[in-house]
Amino acid sequence: MKILKCPLNGPRNITEFVWGGEMKPMPDPATATDAEWTEYLFLEENLAGEITEWWLHAPTNFWFVARRNTITDEIIETMTYDAFLARQQAASTATAPDEAEPAARPVTGGADTGATST
Amino acid sequence: MPFALLKYALSREHPDDPHFRWKPDLKKTYDVIIIGAGGHGLAAAYHLAKDHGITNIAVLEKGWLAGGNTARNTTIVRANYLTPEGVAFYKESVELFRTLSNELDINVMYSERGHFTLAHTDAAMRTARWRAEVNKHMGVNSEVIDAAEVKRICPTMNVTDDARYPILGALYHPPGAIARHDAVAWGYAKEAMKRGVEVHTQTEVKKILIENGRAIGVETNRGVIHAAKVMQAVAGSSSHVARMAGLRLPIKTIPLQACVSEPVKPILDQIVVSGSLHVYISQSARGEMVMGGATDPYGLYSSRSTLDFKESLMGHMLELFPFMGELRILRQWAGMADMTPDFSPVMGLTPVENYYIDAGWGTWGFKATPVCGKRMAECVATGRQPDLLKPFALSRFSTFDLVGEKGAASVGH
Repeated sequence: MKILKCPLNGPRNITEFVWGGEMKPMPDPATATDAEWTEYLFLEENLAGEITEWWLHAPTNFWFVARRNTITDEIIETMTYDAFLARQQAASTATAPDEAEPAARPVTGGADTGATST
Repeated sequence: MPFALLKYALSREHPDDPHFRWKPDLKKTYDVIIIGAGGHGLAAAYHLAKDHGITNIAVLEKGWLAGGNTARNTTIVRANYLTPEGVAFYKESVELFRTLSNELDINVMYSERGHFTLAHTDAAMRTARWRAEVNKHMGVNSEVIDAAEVKRICPTMNVTDDARYPILGALYHPPGAIARHDAVAWGYAKEAMKRGVEVHTQTEVKKILIENGRAIGVETNRGVIHAAKVMQAVAGSSSHVARMAGLRLPIKTIPLQACVSEPVKPILDQIVVSGSLHVYISQSARGEMVMGGATDPYGLYSSRSTLDFKESLMGHMLELFPFMGELRILRQWAGMADMTPDFSPVMGLTPVENYYIDAGWGTWGFKATPVCGKRMAECVATGRQPDLLKPFALSRFSTFDLVGEKGAASVGH
């Protein structure tokens, strides 16, 4: 049985978890155009390689973030969403120190989360 | 008599026709380039040559002939889908399959077995009823039957009440069939090559050349080739190849595992599927029990097998067919399935001019090989989306006009 390390519950059998799919930036539902919303709903990067994605520990209903390699089936690391956001913010301030507005969107991710293509 | 036969075999008057007419060199330009020499790509090439007179075609393949999901499926053919659009499409495929051996002059061993979709809950019975009514309306032979009738048709099945999930009834689809998957692809390749189509294996597409929004050719590991039209049919690698054309697809690549038992004498005539138990099984002409289940619980570009899959499959399988306890597993494998949100394929035109897509075949691709080849050829030749493919266009995702076939997928995913 494959083991996935939940940031809340520790290492558990992977059958306790539900795959949430790749992380992608969610547009604001109130202002998004149909095209933007379609893209968010349906379109996938579907990369072969290291990706950042959502997982759910079903018994505790706890959502968290994992980095996984979709070719080798290795789970590289798991983290809480807060830890993921903190890392995102640190990365964006390190690269753009004069940026007036730090990551303010509810969900950031997708291509800029360190995922690499094949 | 044996002497006459030997004389015939060695006679110059009756030379042995080569099965495949390979051509070693790539030309600089073609009318059509098809990426992927699996069943779908080869069928499209065959129909382009036969129905539309376009023979200057190169089918490019990174690996070997029909070595991807064409070689990895569990060969079930059926038309008992849920939506009228889906039923109309797969119905034509079943009709083409019936005469395919004659059409391709190769024995595809098409064998009509009867197809059960077992129901263990009231909800599953309701879906079975729904599918049966849509099927009958569209002229497809499907009927809801009760457990006693299941037992009468398939006596080896355990339909008693003391199972964990007793069988309440089934959707019975008599035309459900199996075929020899390799022969289907080889037949299309053979007949296409006979008409002048070139198939090039070990030829990987590295880049798709696009100029002013139209596809003009591809760059391969064997050089650049140009073409008036380019079509992709690459199953699990659909997102990867489409990205080269600047397209993002509504597809997740998820492995689907399967296995076969050691061969035994004929004991199971029908194809048996249970969505609730996540199993499907049929007995091949060779006597092997061909078995599969749901797709893996998460996306992956790998064809590894897991113990989890076999444990859950066998647990349920033993409940349905207790005699299976005596059988050993002979082989196991997996294919990378390109799953769409609505469990229907993506076929036809794309936002890139002269670039055509055949993707999203998830766990339902083999059964559509003939019809998809025929209609994709029509689409490529005419540059228009054929009526039968209109509901399956890539654009349906931006118009929120999905074709929900999850209820008719062989197992609940």
